[in-house]
Amino acid sequence: MSVLDSKIPKGPLKDKWTTYKDKINLVNPANKRNIDVIVVGTGLAGGSAAATLAELGYRVKAFCYQDSPRRAHSIAAQGGINAAKNYQGDGDSTYRLFYDTVKGGDYRSREANVYRLAEVSANIIDQCVAQGVPFARDYGGLLDNRSFGGVLVSRTFYAKGQTGQQLLLGAYSAMNRQIARGKIEMYNRHEMLDVVKVNGKARGIIARNLVTGEIERHSAHAVVIASGGYGNVYFLSTNAMGSNATAAWKIHKKGAFFANPCYTQIHPTCIPRSGDYQSKLTLMSESLRNDGRIWVPKNMEDVLAIREGKLKPTQLSEDQRDYYLERRYPAFGNLVPRDVASRAAKERCDAGYGVNATGEAVYLDFKSAIERYGLEQAKIHGIQNASKEKITALGEAVVEEKYGNLFQMYEKIVDENPYKTPMMIYPATHYTMGGVWVDYNLMTTVEGLYCIGEANFSDHGANRLGASALMQGLADGYFVLPYTIGDYLSHEIRTGKIPTDSPEFDAAEKEVTERINFFVNNKGTHSVDYFHKRLGKVMWDKCGMSRNAQGLKEAIAEIKAIREEFYKEVKVPGSANEMNPELEKAGRVADFLELGELFAKDALMREESCGGHFREESVEIDGEQKGEAKRNDKDYAFVAAWEYKGEPSDAVLHKEQLEFKDIELKQRSYK
Amino acid sequence: MNLTLKIWRQKGPQDKGKMVDYKVTEISEHMSFLEMMDVLNEQLTNKGEEPVAFDHDCREGICGMCSMYINGEAHGPDRGVTTCQLHMRMFKDGDTITIEPFRAKAFPVIKDLVVDRSSFDRIQQAGGYISVNTSGNTQDANAIPIDKHSADTAMDAATCIGCGACVASCKNSSAMLFVGAKVSQYALLPQGRVEATDRVKNMVAQMDLEGFGNCTNTGACEVECPKGISLENIARMNREFFSASIKG
Amino acid sequence: MSGFLNSSIGRKYTMALSAFFLMIFILQHFAINILSVLSPDTFNETSHFMGTNALVQYGLQPVLLFGVVYHFVMGFVLEIKNKNARAIKYAKNNGAANSTWMSRNMIWSGGFILVFLIIHFVDFWFPEINTKYIQGDMSGLLADGEGYRYYEELVHKFEPIWRVALYCIGFIFLSLHLLHGFSSAFQSVGANNKYVKGLKGFGKAYAVLIPLGFIFIALFHHFNH
Repeated sequence: MSVLDSKIPKGPLKDKWTTYKDKINLVNPANKRNIDVIVVGTGLAGGSAAATLAELGYRVKAFCYQDSPRRAHSIAAQGGINAAKNYQGDGDSTYRLFYDTVKGGDYRSREANVYRLAEVSANIIDQCVAQGVPFARDYGGLLDNRSFGGVLVSRTFYAKGQTGQQLLLGAYSAMNRQIARGKIEMYNRHEMLDVVKVNGKARGIIARNLVTGEIERHSAHAVVIASGGYGNVYFLSTNAMGSNATAAWKIHKKGAFFANPCYTQIHPTCIPRSGDYQSKLTLMSESLRNDGRIWVPKNMEDVLAIREGKLKPTQLSEDQRDYYLERRYPAFGNLVPRDVASRAAKERCDAGYGVNATGEAVYLDFKSAIERYGLEQAKIHGIQNASKEKITALGEAVVEEKYGNLFQMYEKIVDENPYKTPMMIYPATHYTMGGVWVDYNLMTTVEGLYCIGEANFSDHGANRLGASALMQGLADGYFVLPYTIGDYLSHEIRTGKIPTDSPEFDAAEKEVTERINFFVNNKGTHSVDYFHKRLGKVMWDKCGMSRNAQGLKEAIAEIKAIREEFYKEVKVPGSANEMNPELEKAGRVADFLELGELFAKDALMREESCGGHFREESVEIDGEQKGEAKRNDKDYAFVAAWEYKGEPSDAVLHKEQLEFKDIELKQRSYK
Repeated sequence: MNLTLKIWRQKGPQDKGKMVDYKVTEISEHMSFLEMMDVLNEQLTNKGEEPVAFDHDCREGICGMCSMYINGEAHGPDRGVTTCQLHMRMFKDGDTITIEPFRAKAFPVIKDLVVDRSSFDRIQQAGGYISVNTSGNTQDANAIPIDKHSADTAMDAATCIGCGACVASCKNSSAMLFVGAKVSQYALLPQGRVEATDRVKNMVAQMDLEGFGNCTNTGACEVECPKGISLENIARMNREFFSASIKG
Repeated sequence: MSGFLNSSIGRKYTMALSAFFLMIFILQHFAINILSVLSPDTFNETSHFMGTNALVQYGLQPVLLFGVVYHFVMGFVLEIKNKNARAIKYAKNNGAANSTWMSRNMIWSGGFILVFLIIHFVDFWFPEINTKYIQGDMSGLLADGEGYRYYEELVHKFEPIWRVALYCIGFIFLSLHLLHGFSSAFQSVGANNKYVKGLKGFGKAYAVLIPLGFIFIALFHHFNH
């Protein structure tokens, strides 16, 4: 028996959540008023959880490092949110959403959690509409849907290309209502730097006021971590500059197991890096692949000529182009899942066919789509013998209506007109499926310590489907955690206020203060970013889209070396008692330098290819699937939960075996 | 390219602050403005000086955190962009660029270019929400059809990122575009109508309390708004406020 | 209602309402003045009517005075308040990039109009009040009793070139004020949507033509006498 107890309720999959909710312990309203809950992070998961817990009557303290909860990086999600509403009558159902999510996650997620997610998905849409989220509607006034991520139904609700923003502002408005009522105490520009455990239970946090530098103690009966993913371990990612793993990593060091760190999603359609100064990568919605065709030149001479600026991509004829996705995956073509598309781009660029100066870019071409739409429009408008220019103009208008804002964004950044010349794209780190291990209640291996949203590992397995991140964040925050946390808090009604002058708080604060003092007093020679960039390069080269044993071993050694150098040589200007962005970064990068090593260790352990984790040693050797990822269900159908034991290299692996009772495990095929 | 930067430096909220000149060299035209600032900060850190503090986060124009007044305009000379989306190709080699924090009494400076915009949060807390609890039993999302035009107009208003460029650009430091956008979003949706009267009154009262100036319809906010929020939203708020006041 | 009047938006409304009243008044003023060009007799009769009608004198005139005083006082009050909303000014501000000169300088155009208005009062309104209510001469006749005095007085005033120049400058400022003020007043009362798009053009025409008309009248009398 593993030390991990996932606490999945008994009974048929379909009834688990309902039956469980019926039997769960509740806290009476009078007692809720005396119970404190801390929520760290105010994105979709944290914001919705804080608001809902406050509505229920708990006293909530919410923390975010930004200047307002509204700025959490959930805001940047573009495409949409999935929900099994079946408004389009195209055969969608809770089961189908569940099935697609498990399959998309390459059978590495927990059935019961995913089913619950699919079950509450419909409620999310109802709730958000009631909150005033302006989802897109059709002319009949009903909600519109689009299809997304290659699934067979249209279940994605959207608000232009800013769905994440609108959903976050919805959660933020729900929070505002509770802040105004005094039920949420909001701590903006605060960063959690440690969790405090008393008698094995999470009882509070140590936070730094980022404006004054003051170290503060906050106590509570339960602590909820909703601090997002750790994609910035790569330095360059589509995450926000401030996105960090510190809260998640600190709780890991205090006893919360960290699960599947190697599961990372590399998104195929991002704007390529243009130089070493680059600070972040910008995502372009996946929907572009619905109409864009991806290619690189067939001949190396053309590649070189393009790089030198002697040749324009538009000058290459069809037979000089290699539409490699269409060539390799005739059935799905340009619409293969994210992980497959990303790896294929990397394969071409590694072979030397990258089309920009850095050699890391492929073309996404809308010429065919513009022509196709143009002809269609000419027919609709009854234009006989339309000229080539007319067809192009008509086609461009259609493309503009569909992707106008993305095209404009691209032009602003790259300074090229994507209507006239193909876009350049390259994959970038986007989302981390791995995270803090949680049970069915979303509680970590530390009692009273919960983890929700991207920060936990629970629902996406080894790969996340498009438009599912928003769904999970809000499901956890609005509909799951508020129930399950009550079960735990029902035992806390006699505890009384948690004092902050206990030895445990003293010790935690001392640890935090010492670390901060170390950084500001360390008279090193290099900035924090210098080390972060080096870590990022190792991660990208050796723990990126494809991994092998040798590279991972090297990565482990290199990260350890960078970490040691970091502690010797890092330079943090300014003092501890003021706003000090460099100091904030130093703490975050220190944690990434540990997390990165565990990441590589996890990737080395998992000798199979699944979802976002591709091991070069584990590919199909022959047959139709030759060269494609090969999963190993016999040996690796488990969640790898790591226990902290000092150095990342000493981490102990605990396995949570995954059981699939309602779904048959299959190899994914897109040929 | 090589540039001279004139940057507002202010140690803390109580400090007087002043403009300080810096030189940066070898700036690529493909850099974003904030990446140029990163170069400057790396340079300062290596020299042992304190880097320039500035707010930034998503660096893709949606979080609303970045807030610089560049050469006399909020988010700089380009249109429809935030500072993080402003690219150095908008400038020429040898240019002198003046960089200041967003200025308004309701946005006090915390440090250098970082300002406190919590007044915006307090305005939202005064009524920028619909009073609905999370129950899982709210009526079906399609129970009330909303005509497409209203839904789209509400969405246009809702795209506000709360950056404060409207306040910074307004010669009166007025927050009416921000408040107008939020009032409009809810006023246009049937779900928001229920509380419309109290909402507009409470939000406007809070706005006035925070010390923002009064709108004189110069339209600078609309031009500088990175999301192109229309002045029509202010007009709508004015109508809403008038009818709310008559209702008492 | 006192809450409304003390709120930022309430004050916008009252500024706009007083502006509407003043714009209608100016139109009416122009309509009567242009009679002095077209038909001195009609001008005299209309002037006498306006100057002696009880409703105009005791009803509309105080309202007008209140409107003028309110618009100026509130304009200055708001300007001070707005200036105070930004304690530290920008070292570099490029207002021209996002707004018109007129919209940013309403306080200056308004200030010059006030100066002009004072002169205008000294020229016309004070003598009128003096004649009618202090000396008690409500006849509206010239000193020799030969016909009405209004046209003669008007023509007489526009003899010196300096006064004509002053009036022209005053009206240029009025035009600048109206170029922003007209549509601004509509925006303030919430009239900005697809139904009132045409108003903008009308406002521009009003802002240019009316002051131009006044200037024409002044020049006409100066050069014709």
